Amino acid sequence: MGIKIRVNGFNLWYGENHALKDINMEIEKNKVTAIIGPSGCGKSTFIRSLNRMNDLVPSCITKGDIFFDGMEIYEKDLDVYTLRKRVGMVFQKPNPFPMSVYDNISYGPRIHGEKNKKKLDKIVEYTLKSAALWDEVNDRLDDPALGLSGGQQQRLCIARTLTVKPDVILFDEPCSALDPISTSKIEDLIRELKERYTIVIVTHNMQQAARISDYTAFFLLGEIIEFGSTLQIFENPSDKRTEDYITGKFG
Amino acid sequence: MKMPRTDYIEAINMLKEEVLKMGELSKGAVYGGVRSLIDKDFDLASKIVREDNNRIDILELEIEEKCMVLIALQQPVAKDLRIIGTCMKIITDLDRLSNLGVNIAKITIKIGDKPFIKPLIDIPRMGKLAAEMLDDAMEAFINEDVELARGLSKKEEEADALYDQVRRELITFMIEDPHTITIASDLSFIARYLKRIADHACNIAARVIYMVTGEREKVG
Repeated sequence: MGIKIRVNGFNLWYGENHALKDINMEIEKNKVTAIIGPSGCGKSTFIRSLNRMNDLVPSCITKGDIFFDGMEIYEKDLDVYTLRKRVGMVFQKPNPFPMSVYDNISYGPRIHGEKNKKKLDKIVEYTLKSAALWDEVNDRLDDPALGLSGGQQQRLCIARTLTVKPDVILFDEPCSALDPISTSKIEDLIRELKERYTIVIVTHNMQQAARISDYTAFFLLGEIIEFGSTLQIFENPSDKRTEDYITGKFG
Repeated sequence: MKMPRTDYIEAINMLKEEVLKMGELSKGAVYGGVRSLIDKDFDLASKIVREDNNRIDILELEIEEKCMVLIALQQPVAKDLRIIGTCMKIITDLDRLSNLGVNIAKITIKIGDKPFIKPLIDIPRMGKLAAEMLDDAMEAFINEDVELARGLSKKEEEADALYDQVRRELITFMIEDPHTITIASDLSFIARYLKRIADHACNIAARVIYMVTGEREKVG
């Protein structure tokens, strides 16, 4: 037990649009926290705030604090690259680099200065095993990554995230482009990964949130309506709006 | 434009209606069993035994099947899930208590023309109380009335007190005159069945509270 990320009165604007309103939330270490809510409710904006990906949006302004291991991540002199190394992200569509499987994985460690081939081999094997992909690709590490199936590409991207040894992995709808079998492989993987990492996942698939997460937050129009244990949210939500959303009566 | 998931919401409402119908039929079995005993109405008793709750059994399976289909196809959560789970649980209680009604009718036939040891007073009272409790439980279910469901606790106490009284009385008869043992033990069984019916009504009430509030509470 322990709090990995603490969000305190966090607000975010895209120009005039108040996209996140006074968000307060504690994300527990080595747990899976799912963010659900209808399109445009701010859930992707929220997880992108956790590693300052929104910095890339020109009109974006923030107020309030996000503490990562007690460190305020919106501090002026914070090194955002170090932050993003520790808070990795996997996107909706698999986005492997147009290079070999091996090079996709070794790319991160190499730009961080690792040249030793043996060490790189080890990293490649270790992370591919961690991402449950090694058995499927170990005989074609030199093949282009774009030749893998969608599900394999997504696991490759997860492996690539793991190479820089993050503490937290953010998943932004990682399975929305995948078939059911690839989806269950990623879900199994997320369950394994939480032993070592803290995971935050945005998903439109409510059953997925129910299956894999320990905590669930329901967002609506930029606000957190309800945040609690996944069991409580899906068995007995306390807010009518949460109930209506998860039972499919709106949204 | 239709509200989202209109068919699904309708299916859940239909499900509740069918459970209510099963409740009515079960009450019929209980009420009929007690009535046949009090009036020594062997035709009624035979009818109850012959039908052996066939319609109730069929309905129970149909309701269960509908619950399974809803779970499989609609992935219900939150209150919808609690309603479906509650329906699946309470149909078992309804089935059991209706069987107890049949058992009472069987004993009526077994006792036949033999006179009761004494005029029946507390057993009819227990019968009335058990039927009332079942009514309350089913009304609480359909109207989602938590207070009405909670009210069954008090009635359960009454039913328990009546049961203890009937038993004590029957034991006294048996001690005084062993010739009464057969009929006294039959009546004792009936009192026991009625107490069980009251217990099942309490189970239903507890399920209703969970269905509405999501919280577990003991009733009775």
